[in-house]
Amino acid sequence: MQLEAMYQEIILDHYRNPHGRGLREPFEAEVHHVNPTCGDEVTLRVHLDGDTIADVSYEGMGCSISQASVSAMYDLVIGKSVPQALETGDHFMTLMQAKGDPSVAEKLEDELEDAVAFAGVSKYPARIKCALMSWMALKDASARALGAQS
Amino acid sequence: MTAVAQVPSGPRPGSGAQQKPLPLDVEAIRADFPILSRTVRDGKRLVYLDSGATSQKPRSVLDAERWFYENVNAAPHRGAHQLAEEATGAYEEARETIARFIGARTDEVVFTRNSTESINLVAYALSNAATAKEPEFRRYAVGQGDEIVVTEMEHHANLVPWQQLCERTGATLRWLGLTDDGRLDLSDLATVVNERTTLVAVTQQSNILGTINPLGEIIARAHEVGALVLVDGAQSVPHQPVDVTELGADFLVFSGHKMLGPTGVGVLWGRYDVLDALPPFLTGGSMIEVVRMEGSTFMPPPQRFEAGVPMTAQVIGLGAAVEYLQRLGMDNVLAHEEALTAYALEKLAEIPGVTVIGPPDTVARGGAISFTVEGIHPHDVGQVLDDQGIAVRVGHHCAWPVVRRYGVPATTRATFYVHTGYDDVDALADGIRKAQQFFGVVPAEEA
Ligand SMILES: Cc1ncc(COP(=O)(O)O)c(C=O)c1O
Repeated sequence: MQLEAMYQEIILDHYRNPHGRGLREPFEAEVHHVNPTCGDEVTLRVHLDGDTIADVSYEGMGCSISQASVSAMYDLVIGKSVPQALETGDHFMTLMQAKGDPSVAEKLEDELEDAVAFAGVSKYPARIKCALMSWMALKDASARALGAQS
Repeated sequence: MTAVAQVPSGPRPGSGAQQKPLPLDVEAIRADFPILSRTVRDGKRLVYLDSGATSQKPRSVLDAERWFYENVNAAPHRGAHQLAEEATGAYEEARETIARFIGARTDEVVFTRNSTESINLVAYALSNAATAKEPEFRRYAVGQGDEIVVTEMEHHANLVPWQQLCERTGATLRWLGLTDDGRLDLSDLATVVNERTTLVAVTQQSNILGTINPLGEIIARAHEVGALVLVDGAQSVPHQPVDVTELGADFLVFSGHKMLGPTGVGVLWGRYDVLDALPPFLTGGSMIEVVRMEGSTFMPPPQRFEAGVPMTAQVIGLGAAVEYLQRLGMDNVLAHEEALTAYALEKLAEIPGVTVIGPPDTVARGGAISFTVEGIHPHDVGQVLDDQGIAVRVGHHCAWPVVRRYGVPATTRATFYVHTGYDDVDALADGIRKAQQFFGVVPAEEA
């Protein structure tokens, strides 16, 4: 049974009790991303304080992986500067490209905290985009929020 | 770790689902499909319930393609050498076989890449007609003030090309809606299809709901107002007898890969007089009569619509697929799937929390069964099924307006074919229960 490798308890916890869910004010940018192959959607807002991410708020519809991913991302990026948050996103991308190689997950444990639990997803090419959708939305929204400031 | 309880296999005690004798010999048929002997996900039997997306291929189809490449390979309709003659003969023989299969004249069968391309061919021919320099090609020109009618049930392949045709020509797109039980709402048929309608495009079997549509009524109304009718047979031609004379439409499209044939070959059938009045879509070699630097003239149908060296081996493979289906008998294929569908609907109804999106019984219904499981996203249902070797489709099934209509984000869909048996349906039902246990949403009375 490979299922447990993908649906780690941490992932299911985030799915059942998502952190930071709901759309909040204030925000400088809002984006709407969809996964056209399955119809999963996320609407995500970013609120910056200088270049620090003060809040990320979101609403979404999707599978456990996509919903847990946005919740774990919320925990990781609040309080980080935009470049730091995007670097964390790059680490998450590296994890998603690891094809289940445990050594990659081990190396990224400190940077990714709970989100390292998504390592098992990288073995299922069809599900990687579910995990990445929220990070793509964050990248897009924070670029727009920075743009709105300048 | 989430604990996964053991689920007994086979019919559950108390299962009232009826297993009527199946018309097809599933074990014998399975032996014809090499892929069904492989295992997936650590040694599990492959339970392939995704024929609606693409079907598996029997050995005779694979052999036909190999035979062509090993013995005959040449470009048909070009060259005067022996191989070219034989390749042309094999290609045209396959056209005859396929035409007979749908009760059509041979010169009414056009080979395309798939249903999508067949539909685009018609849509582009209709807008090309508006600008054709040849008066005989302008008969079906679509323009401002014209209306194209589709339904809310269409696959994107039978919706987006019509939206695009309307954008190119200024025509208006209209559509027939759906009822709550997954059927076409024909209450406003007489107003939606009216004197301004130039074409009605409608599916014979819904790929997501399984609904078989009452085409007779729609075609009669369309012809009453002088409109053409295109029938999307992508999910009907593989699964039920279809005869174009009985059907009475003007176009029928279907895909080889969904009916045991190879990928890369599809069919556009059109009434000869209609095809003959249409300008080409793709142009180039093989479809011309005379070419001068100043301009060119075109062959009659079907060659007018087959530009370039065709997918010869695939056409021959499709011929073999049709022969395989004819040996089984399309009446038997239909009855086989009907029995499986009845059983599956009963099995699914026994699982609390499972909702079928589409007609709840087998009346005018094919074997595509879409469902949701309360508390579990369809993707996650699909993943748990996949872990048990069960291949289903998840998502919006290229019919996004349908899932939107029924207020669900997506569905999980099982589709059946000639190699499907009751054991596959049992595996599906057990797999759904396993998903409920895995995600901890086992309804109280089951726990
Ligand atoms: C009803 C229906 N129409 C059209 C299509 C498009 O077929 P193809 O992708 O082979 O062009 C499909 C395939 O999924 C279908 O189910």
